[in-house]
Amino acid sequence: MELALASLLNGVTYGLLLFMLSSGLTLIFSMMGVLNFAHASFYMLGAYFGYVISTRVGFYPALILAPLAVGAIGAAVERFGLRRAHASGHVSELLFTFGLAIVIEEVVHVIWGKTPVPYRVPASLDGPLFTLYSSTFPTYKAFMMGISVAMLGALYAGLTRTRVGLVIRAALSRPDMAEALGHNVPRVFMLVFGGGTALAALAGVIGGNAFITEPGMAAALGPIVFVVVVVGGLGSLTGAFIASLAIGIIQTFAVSLDYSIQGMSLSRVAPVLPYLIMVAMLIARPRGLMGTRES
Amino acid sequence: MKGGAWTWGAYAALLLALPLVFRSGFAMSLFCQAGIVAIFALSYNMLLGQTGLLSFGHAVYYGLGALFTIHALNLAAAGWHLPVTLMPLVGAASGLAFGIVLGYVTTRRAGTTFAMISLGVGEMVAACSLMFPGFFGGEAGISGNRSTGEPFLGITYGPQIQMYYLVAAWLLLSTAAMYALTRTPLGRMANAVRDNPQRAQFVGYDPQWVRFMMVALSGFFAGLAGGLAALNYEIVSAESLSAYTSGLVLLATYLGGIRSFAGPILGAVAVTLMQTVLASFTTAWPFYFGLVFLATVLFVPGGIAGVVHLHKRLWEARLLRRAAPVYARMALPVVVAFASGVVLVEMAYRASAGAPLKLAGWQLDARSSATWIAAVASFAVACLACRWAWRAAQPRWTEVSALIGEAR
Repeated sequence: MELALASLLNGVTYGLLLFMLSSGLTLIFSMMGVLNFAHASFYMLGAYFGYVISTRVGFYPALILAPLAVGAIGAAVERFGLRRAHASGHVSELLFTFGLAIVIEEVVHVIWGKTPVPYRVPASLDGPLFTLYSSTFPTYKAFMMGISVAMLGALYAGLTRTRVGLVIRAALSRPDMAEALGHNVPRVFMLVFGGGTALAALAGVIGGNAFITEPGMAAALGPIVFVVVVVGGLGSLTGAFIASLAIGIIQTFAVSLDYSIQGMSLSRVAPVLPYLIMVAMLIARPRGLMGTRES
Repeated sequence: MKGGAWTWGAYAALLLALPLVFRSGFAMSLFCQAGIVAIFALSYNMLLGQTGLLSFGHAVYYGLGALFTIHALNLAAAGWHLPVTLMPLVGAASGLAFGIVLGYVTTRRAGTTFAMISLGVGEMVAACSLMFPGFFGGEAGISGNRSTGEPFLGITYGPQIQMYYLVAAWLLLSTAAMYALTRTPLGRMANAVRDNPQRAQFVGYDPQWVRFMMVALSGFFAGLAGGLAALNYEIVSAESLSAYTSGLVLLATYLGGIRSFAGPILGAVAVTLMQTVLASFTTAWPFYFGLVFLATVLFVPGGIAGVVHLHKRLWEARLLRRAAPVYARMALPVVVAFASGVVLVEMAYRASAGAPLKLAGWQLDARSSATWIAAVASFAVACLACRWAWRAAQPRWTEVSALIGEAR
């Protein structure tokens, strides 16, 4: 019981972090049809920027500044790179972001080296928040949950309750009509891409010190985020939300449970679980949980 | 048809003659590597170029082919009668088998979803390699010895040159087979599915079936390449089925040009050269690798083969002379931008390593800000000059390419 509750809380924290990444990916995909292969690289950049800013200025300013900086880089990438690649089709865009992921990883190698950087949880958030039976729940995990829930609320409110959100949704469903009404759709695309990468960066700032900040973190998390998006159904934010939580919780449980099936302990199977879920989903329901499009 | 026969003859002669011209051990291992990557890239282009399927997990078939081959090799060493010459077929068969199994799952969707699924399946198999270290070899890998079998006509595959001719023979065979496949109804239908799946469906073909067949067959050839790699390196590690290898074959294929059959071969040679020769000059080679790839996607979507094809057309139409001023105008800014870009990258790498930088006799201090400002400034100016030069040269380029009917 105790283990189950602790795992559940950890799983929800991890799942919310996954959703911060997959929400940006889903928004960008449903709007521009671009699968941003470099999305996890922006998450990594967010973690490194968060590290630099928190050592120079402080952790709380980093929560704002790092996503802004990464969002600006993302917007520039869209303006000067993706828009050009767009002319030759979706495959070119995907390949462009694939190349970008390689270049970002190399840039991180050059600037910060190949070993992890000491990005730590700030002292004010370090320590246990409450004790559950005998295990403690760290304050920082609660902080992560708070930030992600706040961000999701802001995202939801922004998309459904503001004028900018209205224009974004218009450009999403009827780009030609939105353009005819005088909205600069390419600029909206640039903003959405910048916003999506900023979300990924925010996830990096709060995830980088909870886990490890190292050059391999993008390659480690990127495929999982893709799995989340496929399982949830391409282009569906609700689906991505359910899939993020489900995969976060399942993976955390698999690591913490101590079962073993025929000599194979469950924690060793854990890395494969998300992919197995994806394959099962594809066989049972190819369009994903909430997906509407068949192909 | 006559031109085709000449091309094939020249290809075979080139493969035959290469080791007679370049005799060094380094060249020999370079050729072997390039030949293996060429088969791998050709099999990848069956998906990307011919069927329009972008896969991020093609190394699965290559890696599993290599693994089964090295296990077969170790069985042969234990006394089974398996000829080493035909050993790559073990890899090919296992590639085909996994192509059938995984292809059934992955080809349920096309387009972007296929790309994501292929990545997920690739990661799944790569993660499995850590779960079953007995079969996959774990971190250390599995090693074998290709010269254990009984010599056949005096061929033991001990010397690298014998290995080269084995690679060359399989390369020639599989190139011919893959080319022949593009001429079959299946190959044609793959192109149709790539261009317009709905119309292909109207003609009475199931696009999913066509995609499945192409994935399975390309798994066959990828497994063949993996089998040759197992024989060539005599060791197979988990890296051979990792995302890194999948990315490498994608880079090689796209760099060579996906719209042309021979493109992937050119790309394989280019990537092998970059991997070995460039890596001996600079530690920054993965960075250049990424940049070259980005530049190819943005500016030269046709890849090397596209550039070659364009100039062949210009030559045939006797338009090279009219296109020459464009090159003359662009040459200086592009060269300066390239050179200062290289200086910048090298300075960044030296600054992070703390080593002094010597470029063609120059001593540059990567620590002083003056050097940095000069390098950044010359790079920026050269980039702007490129833009201006291109603006001035564009009308002529458009005119010339319109004359040969090349949409650009």
